[in-house]
Amino acid sequence: MTASQTDNLKRPRMARSTAAIFGERIIELLIRLCGVSAIVFVFGIFLFVLREGAPLIGKLDWTKVLFSQEWYPTSKGNVRYGVGALIVGTLSVTGLAMLFAVPFGIGAAVFVSEFSTGKVKETLKIVIEMLAAIPSIVWGFIGLSVMNRLIQEYLPAPVGLNLLNGAILLALMSVPIIVSIGEDALKAVPDSYREAAMAMGATRWQTVYRVLFPAARNGLLAAALLGVGRAIGETMAVLMATGHAVNIPKSIFDPIRTLTATIAAELGETAVGSDHYRMLFLIGVLLFSITFVVNLLADLAVRGVRKQ
Amino acid sequence: MSASPFTVTPLVRRNMRRELAARIVLGAMVAAMVLPLLAIIAYLVAKGAPLISLKFLTTNPTHGMREGGIWSALLGTIYLVVIALAVSAPIGVLCAVYLNEYAKDNWLTRIINLAVVNLAGVPSIVHALFGLGAFVLFAGIGRSILAASLTLAIMTLPVIIASTKEALAAVPMSFREACWNVGASRWQTIWSIVLPNSLSGILTGVILQVSRTAGETAPIMFTGAVFFKKIQPGTLFAYSLTDQCMALSMHLYTVTTQVTNAPEPLPYAIALVLLGAVLAVNAASIIVRSLLRSRKKW
Repeated sequence: MTASQTDNLKRPRMARSTAAIFGERIIELLIRLCGVSAIVFVFGIFLFVLREGAPLIGKLDWTKVLFSQEWYPTSKGNVRYGVGALIVGTLSVTGLAMLFAVPFGIGAAVFVSEFSTGKVKETLKIVIEMLAAIPSIVWGFIGLSVMNRLIQEYLPAPVGLNLLNGAILLALMSVPIIVSIGEDALKAVPDSYREAAMAMGATRWQTVYRVLFPAARNGLLAAALLGVGRAIGETMAVLMATGHAVNIPKSIFDPIRTLTATIAAELGETAVGSDHYRMLFLIGVLLFSITFVVNLLADLAVRGVRKQ
Repeated sequence: MSASPFTVTPLVRRNMRRELAARIVLGAMVAAMVLPLLAIIAYLVAKGAPLISLKFLTTNPTHGMREGGIWSALLGTIYLVVIALAVSAPIGVLCAVYLNEYAKDNWLTRIINLAVVNLAGVPSIVHALFGLGAFVLFAGIGRSILAASLTLAIMTLPVIIASTKEALAAVPMSFREACWNVGASRWQTIWSIVLPNSLSGILTGVILQVSRTAGETAPIMFTGAVFFKKIQPGTLFAYSLTDQCMALSMHLYTVTTQVTNAPEPLPYAIALVLLGAVLAVNAASIIVRSLLRSRKKW
């Protein structure tokens, strides 16, 4: 190194004021804090919901709670907190909704991703976004006012507010998620796969069926799981459309009640700190745990896609 | 002629038939999604539109919510949305900046990403329980606009994190490298290069968040929204932070399930206003996105 070059190195750099450097430190600290905030919030949600429900945990006979159908939280003599029927209600309405939503969602994702181009594709994507934006309370209102009447008129159902009504609403609500995640999954398959299939003389459908479905399997699974998560957690629409009767359904025309709807309907009438109030928070913990596991599985499935 | 290598064999014909069938079935599936949307909008418009007027929007509900307008609910929703946005937009954007600009590919980052995904998946009613337990009771804020907005803010955080992250990731690495090479620090680069160039994407996320926040019912039911509240008409500052408020979504729930003998078009009109507001906001986000995308320089 020559003398002049070392000189150069020793010269003071263009100085920024201490205040500027200090300010930058603070902002970066803030960014880091916000970065971990999501973790804090998820833990916070779990802890605060558990905290309100915790005093009741030891007082309950848990096998009875989980498997009994007797939900009589306000009974004068014999209070019973059996959530069995509520769990079955949630699972049945979610299951039936997915029976509609998964094939339709994946089918629509394939159509948008593989069978449409240009303007059609853009328009369809916008429509799907719009569908996703409809608030759940509006869906609930549709269920109560429109679907209710349609079901009573055209189907052999004694009541219009039932499992089928709720499931159709949930299907319409979770289809947009399935479509958008499913489309992402299909988009993530390299074009070279498609080109190879075309070069072999495969039609578009053959390419989809034989090449894209196996290649995007994990992403499509994640799409379905996220749809399930959405359907399990949905509150207002099922509250208004499923008839809200504690009941193990024997047909799709029976009214049911879900875990979410129970909390929404009853929390307003309970005294803070009462057993009933705490039980509703414990149902919240249960819901949180179920959706957490479903989302975790979806995330694992997506990660499988990325590794490919 | 018949010796042509392109003769249509039965196999090809079968494949083409199947292709056509697939196209029709898949198209029908899309139609099964699109048509309900159009039918719903058309039905709500037909039933509710006659009731909607400027007076309907700007007068308070009267006579047990059977008459009058929806002003107090509309204003309440505006309050909730604005405050929730003011809280969650900065946190969400900074969180995305951390994830995209600072985070290394390590276990912490993976856990944060997982937390964001899970936060998005927490049922809205569980957010309501959290808001009640944490803000209303533990923090002692009480049932108020503030508590409800904070609950909504946390609920919609993942929306803004996801869209901002995507927007930041779309800024080419070379932009950052050029900036670092002239001696800018990390934050200077983010502030002067990365954020301005991803503004459209961030804005889209913020707008989407508005539409999501405006429609939510469950999280505000127990944290600050009430069936009915009398407010002073004609001023935008009729609520204060510690007040409980009405909200459009809650009002729709109340009128359809709690109020007996409400005039038939009333809930349709409320639903139409709510849906119209949400879809208009969404349309705005789509327009912003396409406008700024066409102006993109790279």
